[in-house]
Amino acid sequence: MAEYNFLVVEDSPTMRQLITFSLKRIRGAKIFEAGNGVEALKKLSENKFNLIVADINMPLMDGLKLLSIVRKDPNHSTVPVIIVTTEGADADKEKGMKLGANAYLPKPIQTNELLKTVRELLKIED
Amino acid sequence: MDKPESGADLFKKTREFLEIFRKGEEFTQDLLKENERLRFKIVQLEEEIKAVKKGVDGSPVGELQEALKRAQEEKQALVDRFKEVEAENKDFASKYVEVEEENNNLANLYVASYQLHSTLDFTEVLRILQEIVINLVGSDRFAILLLDEVTNELTAVAAEGMDEKRIKKVKVGEGVIGDVAKTGESYFEHDVEGFKPAHELEPLVCIPLKIKDRIIGVLAIFSLLEQKSKKLNRVDYELFSMLAGHAATALFSSKLYSVSERKLTTIQGFIDLLSGKGK
Repeated sequence: MAEYNFLVVEDSPTMRQLITFSLKRIRGAKIFEAGNGVEALKKLSENKFNLIVADINMPLMDGLKLLSIVRKDPNHSTVPVIIVTTEGADADKEKGMKLGANAYLPKPIQTNELLKTVRELLKIED
Repeated sequence: MDKPESGADLFKKTREFLEIFRKGEEFTQDLLKENERLRFKIVQLEEEIKAVKKGVDGSPVGELQEALKRAQEEKQALVDRFKEVEAENKDFASKYVEVEEENNNLANLYVASYQLHSTLDFTEVLRILQEIVINLVGSDRFAILLLDEVTNELTAVAAEGMDEKRIKKVKVGEGVIGDVAKTGESYFEHDVEGFKPAHELEPLVCIPLKIKDRIIGVLAIFSLLEQKSKKLNRVDYELFSMLAGHAATALFSSKLYSVSERKLTTIQGFIDLLSGKGK
């Protein structure tokens, strides 16, 4: 069975639990959690990930900064990144996509949408 | 006067006549043969026609026609079955979507409930409640008001998108918020898109926070996030219904716990003082 390492970067415990809870529905999923960009970088230095789900608005280091660092890091530059944010504004979406995000989900996120996006990005059959 | 014919002439004419007669006989013979051949051909054709006529009523053309008829019936049955399977597939697909939506709803409800009861710290419960309303409901402007049973007034204890200190106290029975606190019935503005509040504190949604029939406060939602502003979904109503009970219990129990902790600390202080430990 294929194994997938997911990194969930979200400062809100409620959202983090919701995303983690949803990703666990994917067979072989192993979830790592981080409360902000700095914690995420630590996890990235210790593990290889198949996909990152990151909030934009976070303390210490936001999701966009994290994304730009990830894209410059040769070890993780190709990892698919899904950006999640409260803002529905196109500006944030554009910023994220320009920095190399693979998908964008506005809050309140629909877990079925999240799973669909993850499956598409990783080409996982239902 | 004609000369009498000589014997040689007569002989020659006789021979010519005989020759014509012989050719006539040969021609007659040929006609008889042709007649015979044609009669034979007619008999043959009549037999073929008989065979064909027999074939229509029995084998082998009749059998083929029967087989063709059966094949057509089978084909029709298969086409009907295919249509049935296709309809079943569509039904399964729509059921799958429903199940996925239900999963989404349950995940939201589970997480909200789990988080609300994950702590006994009143401030933490308030923060979690705010997170739920922001992240799961999708509101950018709301307030949580608690009821003071002595003054019969609702006071804002937390707010998002507005300063709770600026929210005036609301008397029970006053306006939509006061009315919800009085009746214990949720208020929903169904035309979310066309909602035009008359004043700042006119809510889009107002949920009573109650434990059984005891109302401890209300959650008033004034606006939703831009991407959420079209309509309220089924999960929103389920979340509101869940919040009405669970948020109230979590807030109430955490408040009781804080009070009891404070009392415990005070009593412990007295005990320490009396036993001389506090010196």
